[in-house]
Amino acid sequence: MDWLLDPSVSTFGPDIDRIYYIILVITGAVFFGTELLLVYFLFRYRHREGQRAEYIHGSTKAEVIWTAVPFVIVVVLAFMSAPVWNRIKNPEVFPADSYEVMLTARQFEWETRYAGADGQFETADDFTLLNRMNVPVDRPILIHLASEDVIHSFFVYDFRLKQDAVPGMVIPIWFEAIQTGEYTLGCAELCGTGHSTMDGIVAVQPQAEFEAWEATQVAARQAVLGGVLASLDIGAEAGNGAVTSGLAEGAATPMHEHGDF
Amino acid sequence: MSHVATKTDYDLLPFAGEHHEELSFVRKYIFSTDHKTIGKQFLFMSLLFLLLGGTLATVMRWQLGFPGTPLPVDILPETMAPGGIILPEFYNSLVTMHGTFMIFFAIMPLLVGVFGNLLIPLQIGAADMAFPKLNMFSFWLAVPAGFIMLASFFVEGGAAGAGWTSYAPLSTSGEFTGVYLGQQLWLISLFLLGFSSITGAVNYITTIINLRAPGLTWFRLPLTVWALFITAILVLLAMPILAGGLIMLLTDQTLGTTFFKPELGGEPLLWQHLFWYFGHPEVYILILPAMGIVSEVIANGARKPVFGYHSMVFAIAAIALLSWIVWGHHMFMSGMNPRLGMTFMFTTIVIAVPSAIKVFNWLGTLWKGNIHFTTPFLHSVAFVALFIIGGLSGVFMASTPVDIPIHDTYFIVAHIHYVLFGGSLFAIFSGITYWYPKLFGTLMNETWGKIHFIGTFIAYNLAFFPMHGIGLQGMMRRLYDPTLYAYLQPLQPWNVFISYSVFVLFAFQFIFAANFLLSIWKGKKAGPNPWRANSIEWSAPSPPPHGNFERMPVVYRGPYEYSVPGAREDFILQTDPPDSSVAPHHTSASTSH
Repeated sequence: MDWLLDPSVSTFGPDIDRIYYIILVITGAVFFGTELLLVYFLFRYRHREGQRAEYIHGSTKAEVIWTAVPFVIVVVLAFMSAPVWNRIKNPEVFPADSYEVMLTARQFEWETRYAGADGQFETADDFTLLNRMNVPVDRPILIHLASEDVIHSFFVYDFRLKQDAVPGMVIPIWFEAIQTGEYTLGCAELCGTGHSTMDGIVAVQPQAEFEAWEATQVAARQAVLGGVLASLDIGAEAGNGAVTSGLAEGAATPMHEHGDF
Repeated sequence: MSHVATKTDYDLLPFAGEHHEELSFVRKYIFSTDHKTIGKQFLFMSLLFLLLGGTLATVMRWQLGFPGTPLPVDILPETMAPGGIILPEFYNSLVTMHGTFMIFFAIMPLLVGVFGNLLIPLQIGAADMAFPKLNMFSFWLAVPAGFIMLASFFVEGGAAGAGWTSYAPLSTSGEFTGVYLGQQLWLISLFLLGFSSITGAVNYITTIINLRAPGLTWFRLPLTVWALFITAILVLLAMPILAGGLIMLLTDQTLGTTFFKPELGGEPLLWQHLFWYFGHPEVYILILPAMGIVSEVIANGARKPVFGYHSMVFAIAAIALLSWIVWGHHMFMSGMNPRLGMTFMFTTIVIAVPSAIKVFNWLGTLWKGNIHFTTPFLHSVAFVALFIIGGLSGVFMASTPVDIPIHDTYFIVAHIHYVLFGGSLFAIFSGITYWYPKLFGTLMNETWGKIHFIGTFIAYNLAFFPMHGIGLQGMMRRLYDPTLYAYLQPLQPWNVFISYSVFVLFAFQFIFAANFLLSIWKGKKAGPNPWRANSIEWSAPSPPPHGNFERMPVVYRGPYEYSVPGAREDFILQTDPPDSSVAPHHTSASTSH
């Protein structure tokens, strides 16, 4: 039994962990206090010969105390939690200058899409990775999260980040990893028979390494596009849109940014 | 109270309890309108479903503890577990049907169907429910609902596999799960069951408002009746919402509507809003009657009045009111507007307050008591001890940022089982053993009752407490095979340990089953008031005859007058006239203002 969390590797991870430990200490104290009192009362007031219970109906003072004290504690916890939640989940205060990717879930895989040479998504020069996402360290990553079929849930424990991917919606989420390495991406929402096989990897790379990798991918994609266009002999003006990249049907789904509902 | 009734006034009143006509076997045992018989019918039905739900849990735990190993008993058909190896689609059906059976066909009918039927007329001094035929109808709607749910296992594609919450669009089309008819049967069955609950709720509310015995003011009602009354209001208001959602999902599947289908303009999140707008009141439907039972039994065991009776009533009402504005906490990660998440965090976390009030009042009831460790008392104390854990773990999830890593993990599985098993089911064990005399006229065996209690309490905690830990390490719920994730493999010894604990826990329930069944014939004759309790049902014979009471009971005081100074005994029946015992001046006044 481990009540400690494994270390987090995102910028907001420590904020979540701090509130977790505060709640752990408070609830732990209440747990031991009440359970020990319960056991003590059971022992102290057990039936013995000739004993009679005291005829007590209650105490208004006690009721006021044990209404007010828990109320204050939980409201303080809520006020401590609110700004952290806001920072992580509210798109209006997401960090500027993020590196953007699209992540699309489908039974039972994750597809990461990079904007490619033109910096625009859903164009021919996009390139994609399956069940893997490469990102640079120490830079905010903005993910446009979508699903093609049922609800999945993006979950990277090490980043302390979870968000359902809902068909018909594109939900923005962000994180900034503070440590390089490979972290497991899991699906946290029951999504069908292959639910437990739907894992992937988020590879957090040093800036330079990531940029080199990205440049290679962009070049490779350009080369493929060039080759395809040449072999089809349809000229450069048909470049945009003529070549589907495997995900074009996803764009046909009516989508709305989250917040409508 | 403006008018104080005297005993002789009411001796002259006509009372349904005086009529004793001989009934045919069918009218007496099958299509009975007697609330006690209907309560027993619900009891046998829901205990069978409890056993089935538990069996499904052991099969699930086999897969989780020993993924890919053939089951020790290879009796399942090829479509579920070929060669004894559980298929992922069957595992999803197990997850779904375990939750469905336990919530809708075991815990809910046990608390509402059984105790509502048995206790409401008996504890308010009525001969029967206000609408006995409607009551019979309510049970006989639940039976086909159960058969349909059972039948879904044996249709092509198997039983529903989208979780007990049936999230759209996983549940809207068989192409996503391979389950077609099974999912539709799930919806039809729950619709019927919801209809049954609504008719029951109408009956309970009417009965409690109209049929209370003379002198039984609102604040002389036992807390069980208060809890069942408020629960019935929740059922009446929540079930139609579920019914609406079920019909929409059914027409999405069968008639081509698109309420929840995004590709045709529908909204998957609409299902979640409808489901949880019903579902959170439902959670309290599953715990409030248990809290009533526990208050009753703890006062009886401690031989002391319930501490803070009025604040107990107000806490029940506060929980019921708050239950309507907290549903969004199930949807923090759903893609709902994050500002709503913040609102729902505040309403949710405030529920800790009335829950804490109840716990402190139970502790206050034990304080300076004269505690008798009967089997029902032990189960009720276990409820308090375990509800504390379930309540405190709720604070973690209510805090939205902390919910991010633990949402949809085994931490939630631990929480729900601390509330529904550690909470509700322990209260149910307590209630069944406590009111067993009013069902069968005998007492259950105390020694075997205690053996069952100790075994269940220990195995239960060994099974469910470690789930908090593996959830905090990031193990998701509803995983068919957790070992497929490299980072979850170090947790596998815990999964094995939990599985063994669940098997032991399951085995101990056969002691309860045997004690329950054998005591019907072999149990010690109980007499009218074996627990030396105060409320009205203990003035009736055990079991009470058709019509319950010889003559109209008249109530003179509150239900928890234990250990009144100067009284001959440490209890005074609510129906004992004031002159029959030396009671202090405030026994009636203090509980009726």
